[in-house]
Amino acid sequence: MIYKGKAWKFGADIDTDQIAPNHAYRQADPEAGYVFCMKNQDPTFATSVAEGDIFVAGENLGIGSSREWAPFYLHKCGIRVALAKSFARIFYRNCFNLALPALVCAETDKISKGDELEIDAVRGQVRNLTTGEAYACDTVPEHLMTMVADGGLMAHLKKKLKKAG
Amino acid sequence: MGQTIAEKILARASGQDHVTPGEIITCQVDMAMMHDSSGPRAAGKKLDELGAPIWDLDKLVVITDHYVNDMTEASQAIQDHCDVWCRDHGVKHYIKDKGICHIVLPEFGHIRPGDFCVGADSHSTTAGAFGAFMVGIGATEMTGVLVTGEIWVRVPENVRLEITGALGPGVSAKDVILKICGDHGIMGFNYQLVEYCGAAVTAMSAQDRMTLTNMAAEIGAKTGIIAPDGKTRNLLAAWGQPDVDIDAWQSDADADYVTRLTIDGAGLAPQVAAPSSPKNADDVDVYTNVPLDQAYLGACTGAKLEDLQMAAQVVKGKKVAGGTKFYVAPSTYRMRDEAAADGTLAILEEAGAVILPSGCGGCIGIGDARLGDNATGISSTNRNFIGRAGEASSKLYLASPYTVAASAIAGRIADPRDMLA
Repeated sequence: MIYKGKAWKFGADIDTDQIAPNHAYRQADPEAGYVFCMKNQDPTFATSVAEGDIFVAGENLGIGSSREWAPFYLHKCGIRVALAKSFARIFYRNCFNLALPALVCAETDKISKGDELEIDAVRGQVRNLTTGEAYACDTVPEHLMTMVADGGLMAHLKKKLKKAG
Repeated sequence: MGQTIAEKILARASGQDHVTPGEIITCQVDMAMMHDSSGPRAAGKKLDELGAPIWDLDKLVVITDHYVNDMTEASQAIQDHCDVWCRDHGVKHYIKDKGICHIVLPEFGHIRPGDFCVGADSHSTTAGAFGAFMVGIGATEMTGVLVTGEIWVRVPENVRLEITGALGPGVSAKDVILKICGDHGIMGFNYQLVEYCGAAVTAMSAQDRMTLTNMAAEIGAKTGIIAPDGKTRNLLAAWGQPDVDIDAWQSDADADYVTRLTIDGAGLAPQVAAPSSPKNADDVDVYTNVPLDQAYLGACTGAKLEDLQMAAQVVKGKKVAGGTKFYVAPSTYRMRDEAAADGTLAILEEAGAVILPSGCGGCIGIGDARLGDNATGISSTNRNFIGRAGEASSKLYLASPYTVAASAIAGRIADPRDMLA
């Protein structure tokens, strides 16, 4: 699967309280809370991301809560891939479950905000179209890419239930 | 080659004799827990979208704790929806407003050594203190469990973390885990499992051990686990789960650990983590004299009966400093009753503590203990990320129940050992 988009660059230890503050989803329509996504880090983030953009961070992206609102809000803002040096494990699983690939890339320091990136998630290749650089990213376990191709865990479960039923 | 406790549990849950770190397996879930935030309104909604039945109603536990003390219309609507959903789906184990899920679960007899459990909350790792393997998962993943009763797991590498010696007076499990956060960072053990052992862990009460495993997410670990012993069996029996098997769930002497680490328990000073990460932990004397607007004893991490007793030991016969608020929200109502019966609550109240309802409350910025604009607080909770416990401009320090209590008396961050002397 090939993803192409503009980079939004953040540092290390971006926690789930930054991506999805708890007040954002403690409301009648929790999905609307995406406007608070990353607000404490970049007040323009939620309103400026274009569909297909790529979230780039340092170590330990998504540390903290199991709240699925974190990858949900990123996706709702328009983010389609997350690239980080490492991920907190629940956030990592939540991303794939919502069909938002979370790719481990050791060289995210070389990426700047606004760089155009092209990512081949199956081959594990990242091309920085702005700088002309190429980086490697870890390939993803096959069962996870199958789920992403299905459209996430919900779509995957629907398919499974249909088959069984 | 022998196996660790965790490997034995994963092997049993996946129907194999043996598992190997890195291997991806599918495990059958013995118990799944979700709460009022992650449950009916999130995973439940998705389950309804699929129109599938719950795989096993005996194995699902729903607990309300996140929005129970919040009188806003939105939170009340979440509670009402939770009631209706659980009724409509025939949820057998619906535990409403009894306290925080990670403590309520064992308290209501839902945790046994050797079980493979999942919870839709990141602090679900707490159950590891009883020799269970329990991990936190998100809402969609929980939906998958509700439908199929199974989940994929990457078998984690095991880290053996030995805490040697005897912890000194005024030092508890919270100081140990904060020390680990400080030394290894909130990423230190990513994807790995940490097994705690050693003389200090053996000497620890079964309740205090829960504080160690509670904060697995704060060191990046998949989960934490402690070999069950007689104390485990006794506490679980008192909580309605008699005669658990402890012998089957011990690590073999020749089990393989990716890392073996040692912490000197005897030399450990009380720890304090500065804003805005648990990794900013250091000896208390680094932070003494930081003036405080508020001290909070609460959450699944730091308001169990024994945590309240630790605080009472410090504040007995003393008064909370003028200008500093001291809030106490016992982890569960059962523990609140026990603390009332043994005089602990009276000691805290005589010192000037205000007792709040049990629930997630102040830890997630709900209720009276919410930190206001530019306020500085210290708390016995597990996280101090920006804005977690209140306004984004507030500052939160993390510490043990002893240190939180001593700081409430001093009106600034203080070393509890000076007050226990």
